[in-house]
Amino acid sequence: MSELDNRISLPAARRRVSDTKERRTASLRVQRMRENLLAYGFLAPSLLLFAVFLFYPMFKSVYLSLHSTDPTGQIAAYVGLDNFKAVFQSGLFLQGMKVTLLFVLFTVPTGILAALILAALTHNRFKGMRLFQFVFSLPVVLSVGSSAVIWKFLFHPTLGMLNYLLSKVGIDPIPWLTSPDWALVSISIMTIWMNLGFNYIILSSGLQGIPDEIYESAKIDGAGPLVTFRKISMPLLSPTLFFVTVVSIIGAFQSFGQINILTRGGPMDSTNVFVYSIYQEAFVNFRFGTGSAQALILFAVIMLLTLIQFKWVERKVHYQ
Amino acid sequence: MKTPWTKSLLYVLLTICAALVLYPVLYTFFMAVMTPEDASAYPPHIIPKSIDLSNFTEVFDIVPIGSFIGNTFLVAGLTMLGQLITASMAAYAFAKMQFKGKNVVFSMFVATMMIPWEVTMIPNYLTIRSWGWLDSYQGLTVPFLATAFGTFLLRQFFMQLPKELFEAAKIDGCGHIRYFVSHVLPLSRPALGTLAIYSFLNMYNSYLWPLLVTNTPEMRTVQIGISMLEFQESTAWNLVFAGTALVILPSLLLLVFGLKQLVRGMAAGALKG
Repeated sequence: MSELDNRISLPAARRRVSDTKERRTASLRVQRMRENLLAYGFLAPSLLLFAVFLFYPMFKSVYLSLHSTDPTGQIAAYVGLDNFKAVFQSGLFLQGMKVTLLFVLFTVPTGILAALILAALTHNRFKGMRLFQFVFSLPVVLSVGSSAVIWKFLFHPTLGMLNYLLSKVGIDPIPWLTSPDWALVSISIMTIWMNLGFNYIILSSGLQGIPDEIYESAKIDGAGPLVTFRKISMPLLSPTLFFVTVVSIIGAFQSFGQINILTRGGPMDSTNVFVYSIYQEAFVNFRFGTGSAQALILFAVIMLLTLIQFKWVERKVHYQ
Repeated sequence: MKTPWTKSLLYVLLTICAALVLYPVLYTFFMAVMTPEDASAYPPHIIPKSIDLSNFTEVFDIVPIGSFIGNTFLVAGLTMLGQLITASMAAYAFAKMQFKGKNVVFSMFVATMMIPWEVTMIPNYLTIRSWGWLDSYQGLTVPFLATAFGTFLLRQFFMQLPKELFEAAKIDGCGHIRYFVSHVLPLSRPALGTLAIYSFLNMYNSYLWPLLVTNTPEMRTVQIGISMLEFQESTAWNLVFAGTALVILPSLLLLVFGLKQLVRGMAAGALKG
């Protein structure tokens, strides 16, 4: 019962008791009906959109993954689990998985650590901190499209600024995007930069959420800045760190834009992450069946990761 | 900690970090104002020797930057508006109404948050194509008009509104619809603002979906359009960067004027959501 339906007893109405009771139950039923209808009316737009663009596609994905399709997307034949078998046998899946895991490993810990250090260093009331906070938040508004284009030219083998600066300190030019050994590292560097804004903003607000009194009493007890950070900031920050980690890992698994612009999965599949190979399978090779099979595998992996994190990591998280 | 020595060390450290973070953006603006000779010179200039503003007008002749930016703002704006409407309505039903099957519907909403978007991408593309919605604004926006995350955010806020308000409204003969429109929505401006920024940025930054559903340059959004620049004329770097600078300028201005709101919005997502 919502608050709006609580009967308010007004002294005005004085009818025979049984009559009132009857009317009351009847009108209550009508009211309940009306509230049900109204509630579903409020939910209708969302429910309709979810039905068409979320629930139906989920089933369609499963259906597609069990069939082979012609290039226009029409179902050609039922193939059972052949699509999944093909994905595993082609080595595509293993390669994609390996690249994606490496990418997570390169970007997530480094990205969070860098943002955490910057957030800790700017968490004080010195002059000019506003300016630094602005600069470190800045990448958040730069989208993957523009960031990737900028970095593509920074990475340029001969004319790019990065190799020029390296030559200044006597380091040979690095084949950033053209060598299989470097391509994933280069994309990771760019991704860390791109994610810095978000991570920094979230971790700084987390730090600001810790009450000043705790720091003051620590100071009175004679704790230095490093001890304070380790014993007070870190534990109190752990829910925020947990959130940033979950979001970063899932984000890394879903990366596509920077790959498509910088390397198109190459050289030699060294940057062929999971979503990129789904894209290629479905929208370049027009094999919607195997594409859907890969997408469902991605779904399973992300689901598993999220569950593991909530089960294991959350236990070590300190909630205030 | 507070000695002048450590303090200046901190400033030096932060300045180096800031320079590293800022440089790609500065580089964009430096390159955007260079003459073609300067831009392709070797060794490259770290800062421009000359300032040539004609790049900004010239880039409009190569690609329809104006319509890229227009499309992006239209698509992001429409999605934002749609999400605000659908999410606030659904959130009101969950927060303030009582109906049969509430728990079932609610857990359905929870479940949608677990589905990564890539899983629905292929069937959605086929749906949009079969409706003839490729290369159209409805194809770009309609699949994203409902949001489970936004519904949760708003539901949380609506539930915090004091109960007494409802009782007073009820005595005054106010029904659900009028209560929602003239009391709940105006009171929820901070939460609605948070969701607005969130959905706008999300849509503004989306890359894969616009890449799939648009084909003609006139319908492309900024994110796709910007990467078209580099294929046009690979030597005219100054023009590529003039285009990039034009594209990132609106979002930089958004940051200058909206940093506080943005931070509040993101923190709300992280700490409460």
